[in-house]
Amino acid sequence: MTNRAVQQAYHIVRANALTKQVNTGDNQLTILQDINLEVNAGESIAIVGASGSGKSTLLGLLAGLDVPTSGHVYLDGEDIFLLDEDERAALRSRLLGFMFQSFQLLPALTAIENVMLPLELAGVNDARRSAQALLERVGLGMRLKHYPRQLSGGEQQRVAIARAFVTQPKMLFADEPTGNLDFATGAQIIELMFELNRERGTTLLLVTHDEALSNRCSRRIRMASGRIVD
Amino acid sequence: MYLSRLSLRMLRRDWRAGELRILVLALMIAVSSITTVGFFADRVQLALSRESNRLLGADLLIIGDRPLPAHYADKAEQLELMTATLIKFPSMTSKEENNLLAEIRAVSPGYPLRGELRLADDASETITEPVTRGAQGIPSPGTVWIDEKLMAGLDIMPGEELAVGATQMTVAALVTREPDYSVGFINLGPRLLMNAADLAATDLIQPGSRVTYQLLLAGEEERIAEFRSWAQTQLVPGQRIEGIRDARPEIRSALERAEKFLSLAALASVVVAAAAVALAVRRFIQRHLDGCAIMRCLGASQSTILRLYLYHFATLGLLASGLGCLLGFVAQEFLSRWLAGIVETSLPLPSGLPAVHGLLSGMVLLLGFSLPPLLNLRRVPALRVLRRDSGMTNLHGLAGYAFGLLALSLLFIWEAGELRLGVMVMLGFLAAVAVFALLGWVVIKLLLLMRQQGANAWRYGLANIRRRTIASLVQAIALGLGLMAMLVLTLIQGDLLKDWRTSLPPNTPNRFLINIQPDQLQSLAEFFAQRDMRQPDLNPMVRGRLVAINEQPVRISDDTETRKKQLLNREFNLSWADELQADNEIVAGRWWQSEDALANELSIEEEIAETIGVKLGDQVTFDIAGSLFSATITSLRKVDWDTFRVNFFVVVRPGQLEAYPINYVTSFYLPPSQTGIMHELVRNFPNLLVIDVAAVIEQVQKMIAQVSSAIEFVFVFTLLAGFIVLYAAITATQDERIYEAAIFRTLGAKRRQLIRAWAAEFAILGGLVGIFASAGATVLGHVIAKYALHVSYTFTPWIWLAGILIGVIGVTIAGLLGTRSTLTHPPLWTLRRIG
Repeated sequence: MTNRAVQQAYHIVRANALTKQVNTGDNQLTILQDINLEVNAGESIAIVGASGSGKSTLLGLLAGLDVPTSGHVYLDGEDIFLLDEDERAALRSRLLGFMFQSFQLLPALTAIENVMLPLELAGVNDARRSAQALLERVGLGMRLKHYPRQLSGGEQQRVAIARAFVTQPKMLFADEPTGNLDFATGAQIIELMFELNRERGTTLLLVTHDEALSNRCSRRIRMASGRIVD
Repeated sequence: MYLSRLSLRMLRRDWRAGELRILVLALMIAVSSITTVGFFADRVQLALSRESNRLLGADLLIIGDRPLPAHYADKAEQLELMTATLIKFPSMTSKEENNLLAEIRAVSPGYPLRGELRLADDASETITEPVTRGAQGIPSPGTVWIDEKLMAGLDIMPGEELAVGATQMTVAALVTREPDYSVGFINLGPRLLMNAADLAATDLIQPGSRVTYQLLLAGEEERIAEFRSWAQTQLVPGQRIEGIRDARPEIRSALERAEKFLSLAALASVVVAAAAVALAVRRFIQRHLDGCAIMRCLGASQSTILRLYLYHFATLGLLASGLGCLLGFVAQEFLSRWLAGIVETSLPLPSGLPAVHGLLSGMVLLLGFSLPPLLNLRRVPALRVLRRDSGMTNLHGLAGYAFGLLALSLLFIWEAGELRLGVMVMLGFLAAVAVFALLGWVVIKLLLLMRQQGANAWRYGLANIRRRTIASLVQAIALGLGLMAMLVLTLIQGDLLKDWRTSLPPNTPNRFLINIQPDQLQSLAEFFAQRDMRQPDLNPMVRGRLVAINEQPVRISDDTETRKKQLLNREFNLSWADELQADNEIVAGRWWQSEDALANELSIEEEIAETIGVKLGDQVTFDIAGSLFSATITSLRKVDWDTFRVNFFVVVRPGQLEAYPINYVTSFYLPPSQTGIMHELVRNFPNLLVIDVAAVIEQVQKMIAQVSSAIEFVFVFTLLAGFIVLYAAITATQDERIYEAAIFRTLGAKRRQLIRAWAAEFAILGGLVGIFASAGATVLGHVIAKYALHVSYTFTPWIWLAGILIGVIGVTIAGLLGTRSTLTHPPLWTLRRIG
């Protein structure tokens, strides 16, 4: 096998018998049931399905933002639920980038400060230069000192893309990244995301309703009632 | 390290985004209020300790109310100490038709041993700061040096003559600075310095005169210490030692009390500011929940988040408290000026201690209210980035506020300097808040009953108040407390003091005559008869020191309570009477009847009895001119001092004291048209002391006015803090208001209609503030009138009118200004954003 083939065969994300149940008063609700999933490095995967099918819960569990009732998740070979909450946070800081439907920028920070934040949290020197370079890359070189409220939705999502990529993560997790954007803006964001993905060899894992977006991915996982159906 | 840098950067960003204004303002107000009082008190303390040997005019003083035995001076000579003597007593001085009561200070050569006298030969009206020079020696025989008050009061210039007792003396100079004068509360009288050699000629010192004898000592430190320890064993009752450390104990204790009171007043603003801090911290945390979740998502650990925000708050606290200290430093200058007449000195610069105190208080306040929510903040789950409803940590938890209240209580105890007082003030405060809260709740319920009446704006305003009942009550109470304090102080300065003055019936005695000798009774009666004046009631008295209670010698130790110490250190005036005076009332025991078997009985005023610790049936022993007199307490009396008649703490059954050296005292009413009679009286009887009650009352009133101005100044901080609470509350509801405005305007409401609805809301809130403030002021005014000034309180409607008007107008204007920016967003922008 070539090197590339080895890399692809390596499962950068692996979920094993992942189940999530919540108590709703008297009965127990199963949100995810027995999910098994393997993602190769460099793949781009769209998780699709109706509202309430468990897409976002799966994404949250894969990122270690929540804990499952049972099962395992391995990120880059590490069983993340053997780690405590803080160790998972450190792992996220090392491996993951995030994008959200509602952008989740800090309103008190300017565009560049929002992008600098993950670097600052990791204690990286020279955060400003990397952040500025990336903002210029996503076309916001003129908007560095603007606050989120002074930016349009598309611009805010570009800041979020820059923030997601600035730590050079191995994986990018995105939750409905075009959900709050109009069609044309959404298309631009998709384009940008995949360009960066290509440039940096990032693994993409995204939850979406957007056909155009899911069509761009190398694999599509469909969910219904907490299970992978296809 | 990088965390503290990051935290600093975030602080800067939050500041820029306007997230921290309220916190900073609230902390600044709280700290500046504390430091204003702190700096001022510190300056006076420093003045006292730095100038204390100049204050004494010596290194050590032996003070007695009878001539000091020679062995003190002998011992001083043996130890090669410098000595001088000072004899001081009050006396009338006069020049032609002008008379003035002055403190006469007769000094021996060498005075003062420490510090200096500064003199001016002239004080022409055009020169406000006379050119002064250091004095050489003391006034030569036949001359006196006087101070500015005496010069103005007698209208006398250097070179002219004045009468002191039986002699005429020439004024040689004006004293502009004298030891024992630089710091002092209530320096009532003018002063006159004379040569001790002239004292006998004045004929002023007679049995029963109130004279203080001082031996001044100065020299090497060890010898002074040796003298001190020797003298300690020689002291008899009526004598005491005063050194540099214990200079002016009465000033120190008065200052301590004033400081304590002002500090507690300052705490009112701290409490109100605490409400603003609590509100602001809550908002801060709420607005940072998402940010924390994102940071958790981006890999920040719990401890990173906690440390980040701890640094953040610590820096913020230090900066805001530091600014508060600066503001306090500026403000205390005003306070010193306000109290200028009471503290007679140029004060040294304060030390850094009050600033440290202020910084610590600011940090305690901030961390007290922010630590519990911060500890919660770090637990925000990262999942919140996907599900906004997850991880709403309990922000309103009672535990969080309990911690803040605990911190606040500690501040109270610290400021009060004692556990009991601190806890009592704190409880009193909580009780007031509880009563206000209940009152406010009732008023809101009543208003809601009338909800159907009135215009739309009124209904919406009321609906808003109801929706935010607790927040509205907190705001109204915070502002109400500040306004109440202002109203009470204005009330005291104006109406209550006026009431006190006018509550005295006409013909209330306005002059006291003291020091009347038995051989003057006849001629004094003739003097009054010749001028068609009613013969005054003359009360006999002898002076005696309390030396034993139930045959146990009275001991005064360092920890004896100040008032008790003062009472025991001086001589009591003992009088006797067959009948109980009309303004006296027996509260325990019984007054002697003529048919009772003759016994040594006495009656004592109840408060004095309590202070010195005697009760009915106790035997007390007085030293009167060297011989002992004992009697049993058979009654306790309550005295109405406001009649301005002569009254005595101790009255003895007749037939027991007549053999001792007696002098007489009386009070009478002198119509304003006949003040000329006083000049003749003083000329004919130079040894008599005339006390002008009106002048004393005026002095007291001036002082109360000054002190209440100072307190009012401190309460300005409380009112400011109240407005910050209002601002904080408005900011806390801002998002809600922006949304409300967007909906209203989308539905077709005009800007004006919206403003009217909010104006109605703020007017109702302001009305509540006014009601709280007026009700509180009325109750407090009543209490002060009854218990402090002893006048019947007349209801003053203006308090209510002013309180409610100020409340409604002030809060409406402030509220509308605070919500102004909410109206500037176009509705579409808001709706899209909230979307």
